[in-house]
Amino acid sequence: MLAFTIKRTFQSFIVLLVVGLVAFSMFRFVGDPVDNMLGQERTGADIERLRGVLGLDQPFPVQYFKFLKGAVQGNFGVSYRQGRPVSEIISERLPATLELAAVSAILAVGIGFALGVFVAIRRDGWVAHTIMTVSLVGVSLPTFLIGILLIYLFSVELNWLPSFGRGEVVMVGEWRTGFLTKSGLQALILPSITLGLYQMTLIMRLVRSEMLEVLRQDYIRFARARGLRDRSVYFRHALKNTLIPVITVTGLQLGSIIAFAIITETVFQWPGVGLLFINSIQFVDIPVMAAYLMLVSVMFVAINLIVDLLYFAIDPRLHVGRSGGTG
Amino acid sequence: MVEPVLSVRNLQVEIPLRKSLLRPVDNVSFDIAPGEILGVVGESGAGKSMTGNAIIGLLDRPAHICGGEVWLRGQRIDNLPPEAMRRIRGKGIGMVFQDPLTSLNPLLPIGAQLRETISEHLPVSNDEAAARAIAALEEVGIPGAARRVDAYPHEFSGGMRQRVVIALALCAEPGLVIADEPTTALDVSVQAQIIVLLKRLCRERGTAIMLVTHDMGVIAETADRVAVMYAGRLVELGPVREVLSAPCHPYTIGLMASTPLASQNRKRLNQIPGAMPRLDALPPGCAFQPRCTSAREVCGQGVGPDLTAGDGRAACWFTQAVSA
Repeated sequence: MLAFTIKRTFQSFIVLLVVGLVAFSMFRFVGDPVDNMLGQERTGADIERLRGVLGLDQPFPVQYFKFLKGAVQGNFGVSYRQGRPVSEIISERLPATLELAAVSAILAVGIGFALGVFVAIRRDGWVAHTIMTVSLVGVSLPTFLIGILLIYLFSVELNWLPSFGRGEVVMVGEWRTGFLTKSGLQALILPSITLGLYQMTLIMRLVRSEMLEVLRQDYIRFARARGLRDRSVYFRHALKNTLIPVITVTGLQLGSIIAFAIITETVFQWPGVGLLFINSIQFVDIPVMAAYLMLVSVMFVAINLIVDLLYFAIDPRLHVGRSGGTG
Repeated sequence: MVEPVLSVRNLQVEIPLRKSLLRPVDNVSFDIAPGEILGVVGESGAGKSMTGNAIIGLLDRPAHICGGEVWLRGQRIDNLPPEAMRRIRGKGIGMVFQDPLTSLNPLLPIGAQLRETISEHLPVSNDEAAARAIAALEEVGIPGAARRVDAYPHEFSGGMRQRVVIALALCAEPGLVIADEPTTALDVSVQAQIIVLLKRLCRERGTAIMLVTHDMGVIAETADRVAVMYAGRLVELGPVREVLSAPCHPYTIGLMASTPLASQNRKRLNQIPGAMPRLDALPPGCAFQPRCTSAREVCGQGVGPDLTAGDGRAACWFTQAVSA
């Protein structure tokens, strides 16, 4: 178990290095930051001087190495656009994204799981058929369209909920939270539904198909043949066996909730890191972009690591080296 | 005569398909006395397992019982509501499945699976259920039962797992166990142990067994009576010694001739020509008639004498005529 954790952590580290390399090399093609930073009236000497200051005149491997060296110490440089340390800008913006992603994830996993189990157990009822049909909409509509439709319905037509921003926020220590005010909570509703809907329908459909597969197994038949109650058969015997494949996909989906927040944040002008990233691309703000990509990949890698460890918690067959042997 | 523990009367199971109606079990009747072992034999698709599933109420949709009656200790159970039938499963009728590798939930310790079954059916405290779970494992011969009660299924070998399955089937003390091919998936060396174990446990408790198998050897060693099924119908029913030594129905005769028995020293085994007809293309009258060497005109007109009507052993016009 410990060896496994160490091995996976090491692998995760390699993944991060590669992501950093790919991301960093791509930035060379998004444009020249110097163009944006200097005004119309610039001279060749100005450009050269600024390049020297930013370190852009150095060869690529040196730049990458410097970036890594800083990143390990939590120093991602200074934003070209705002002239402030990137780590400061991101830590300001991160709570907004994390709160949005957390609410979306809870919606997606909670509702997705419950509905999935429901439609698997009642698979021939009309309610289940209706849910399955409606869920196709969630799977097939693009996120931004769902967001715009929700804004149109609930903000423009009904005027129930705000269409943009975070509402009123409160500082709790360093953390700027929208959970504590009424307007903050109201502002969370539409973006979190937009962001979580796709993952929710995906999780639901996955839980359903896995559960139906498990319900066909011999041990479910045997559980019934022993006269166990439906509740026990479904929730004690079937559900746990459904979890293993579902957790894998759910973990990846949680990662993409954070990554896809870019689109939702743009639609709702949500002041999180996703919106920050979009604005930085327009300005070719390389330090911010690099830091954002590293952050997202750290989260992906961490979630995957947690998923792998969860397998151990659920599936006893993975406990290698347990007292056992065959009888 | 003692009241039978299980009484099946004219049981019919049908599977409605889009265009046709299959009848995998047709007009099957038999009794099982308390403590008796009834062997049910027949080739694949003859309706043996389907009969067992129908009795315990676990037919997979769209298959369902469409006629006949099933009586368990004087109580009619084929038309019970689902909740009442659930209470009977495990407590009234236990079941052992073919493959012990897939019958146990891989994520629950075997002790937990035993305890939940015991608590479901018997009015015992948690402590007593735990004690009974260990006792049940000891009875089926799991070494170090108290220590291994919290082990997971994958920590046991196939034979040991089938012992656990038997412990699970018997732990709520049912009067009847339906054992559906309980040894087919096991190593030959373990098969005999499992059969001996099942037989011993049931004799000690007076539990009757409906032993579904296509292994004539197992039937010969274990069963008191044997029922032979062909294409969903019962073709012969009688004491095991008589049926084995002097089979009446041409199908049983063919089946015996094609089974290697240690007592007989034959060079070549006979085989029955042809194959069992598909359920959607049953010939009129006796289903075995197209493969039967002694078929006559009368065989195309009816299925043969009703086995439950008298002491007729085989549903065959021909043997009836001979014995009459």
